[in-house]
Amino acid sequence: MIRLSHIKKSFRVSRRAGGIKNAVGSFFRRQYDTVEALADISFEIGDGEMVGYIGPNGAGKSSTVKVMSGILTPDSGECVINGRVPWKQRKEHVSELGVVFGQRSALWWDVPVADSFELLQAIYSVDPIEYRRNLDRLTEMLDLSQLLQTPTRQLSLGQRMRCEIAAALIHSPKILFLDEPTIGLDAVSKIAVRDFVADLNRERGTTVILTTHDMQDIEALTKRIILIGRGRILLDGQLSDLRHRFEGRRRLTAEFTGSADLTALPEGASLLTLDGREGLSAVSDGSHRAVFAIDGSPSALISLLSGKTELTDIAVESTSIDEIVVNMYREYGV
Amino acid sequence: MKKISNLTVYRKFLSIHLRSLMQYKASFIMTLLGQFSGAFSAFLTIYFLLRRFGTVEGYTYQEVLLCFASIYMAFSLAETFARGLDRFPAVIGNGEFDRILVRPRNEIFQVIASKTELTRLGRLLQAIVTFCYAIPASGIDFTPDKILCLVLMVVCGALVFVGVFVIFAFICFFTLEGLEFMNILTDGVREHGSYPFDIYGKEIMTVMTFVVPYTLVQVYPLHYLIGRTDSLLNLFAPLLALVFLIPCALLWKLGVRHYKSTGS
Repeated sequence: MIRLSHIKKSFRVSRRAGGIKNAVGSFFRRQYDTVEALADISFEIGDGEMVGYIGPNGAGKSSTVKVMSGILTPDSGECVINGRVPWKQRKEHVSELGVVFGQRSALWWDVPVADSFELLQAIYSVDPIEYRRNLDRLTEMLDLSQLLQTPTRQLSLGQRMRCEIAAALIHSPKILFLDEPTIGLDAVSKIAVRDFVADLNRERGTTVILTTHDMQDIEALTKRIILIGRGRILLDGQLSDLRHRFEGRRRLTAEFTGSADLTALPEGASLLTLDGREGLSAVSDGSHRAVFAIDGSPSALISLLSGKTELTDIAVESTSIDEIVVNMYREYGV
Repeated sequence: MKKISNLTVYRKFLSIHLRSLMQYKASFIMTLLGQFSGAFSAFLTIYFLLRRFGTVEGYTYQEVLLCFASIYMAFSLAETFARGLDRFPAVIGNGEFDRILVRPRNEIFQVIASKTELTRLGRLLQAIVTFCYAIPASGIDFTPDKILCLVLMVVCGALVFVGVFVIFAFICFFTLEGLEFMNILTDGVREHGSYPFDIYGKEIMTVMTFVVPYTLVQVYPLHYLIGRTDSLLNLFAPLLALVFLIPCALLWKLGVRHYKSTGS
């Protein structure tokens, strides 16, 4: 059980304008800005939930994760995770926590991955039998057998990320924080990582909090998302509801031959471009391409088109998750 | 679940460092030699100075050498095993400290264990060689209490240096700039502390007692060692110096609370 209420955290950063004059000036009198990284963060996450924590760059995602990991001490507010305050009972708290920072390694650079794992076993005091069992399982599921004897610095990004995830799970944590786990990975590695996380959540009931810019990660893994912007929770809800609310209009692309006048369209449909141009609505003979925006069912528009022209191809696209997020960011002005 | 002791964890860290080291053997040996020759030149300075003048403020050549070797040994032990604290700006800068905080072990322990700079043993080697000469040549009768005195000087001396490293790391939580002044209290003390501090006069003695208690691991026990005094206070002065570690630990805790982490 994770509960945050009214968490605030601000940083003081020194500020100066460019140029040599200002540089000299700041030597004598430095100006500071207070940046409110977390203005007011409250949410609850139950055991075994899998939650996507999203927001634009600089919104406060990582700061929240760092507060929950016991790395940052907030200025005010409460955070209780499984009955403990992370920064006060840090050691007890982190022994049940796994963290993957996508941009940083948890492994030792110059030694084989297996040696790093052994060191982690000692640091977390993992029982040798449990360690063996976890390692075997992780090796199999993440396909690590070829990698264990390789020094970390020789691994590719995708290989390393699989090892990082294994490293975060050696001690069977109850809660897993994934901070951009698929950043820079190829399609195959991304899917492998997603599948693994989904299995982990299903089989072990591990609570997973995922921060990412990759909306496919969110779509594949989480039902609930929390949107943060400028240090505040803007939205907290089911992904399906959000999809419904922010989906907007679908797009229909038609290719046809022959002449056509597309001024009178069924209700809910509007012409966006014809042959790549806006404002054009009628064309003479030849092959053409028209893009429409539609609300609801496309059938009326399709029957109209097929009656008037020789349709050669047709495609209906629903709003991608990326567009939904853009719509959300726009609506909340972040 | 049985808790694995810090000592076991430390041994595993050490074995990792050794294995990494084996990948860069030539570099290791060169640095080791460099460290040794640096220390050797410091030794030569003392040799020429005292051959010319005989004594410094009443200390003989052999007595100064005992002082030199104990400070060098203390410093090199601290630097070898607590190098992680000495390079703390990098630990903060590359986000390694975030990683340390998400692991269930004491933070200072992890910082110290994260890096063992075995090349610094070059200085230790010089200290050992000097002891091998100075101990028999000093004419001191090494009874158990004198041996204890020397051991306390070295071990507590190393811990005081570690304390100074912790203060250095504490400052890093607030700023990573202009930290060179801290070198006065580390490298500066190593060099100037090769001579007993009382030769520099009262002001230096006061600073080196009450700001950082270096005199308690150096000149006071040295007086007991070379037989200038019988006071047990001098013998156990190094233990008193360990009180210094308490404010160091408190400052550290304060620093961790103010830790800002880096971006991303």
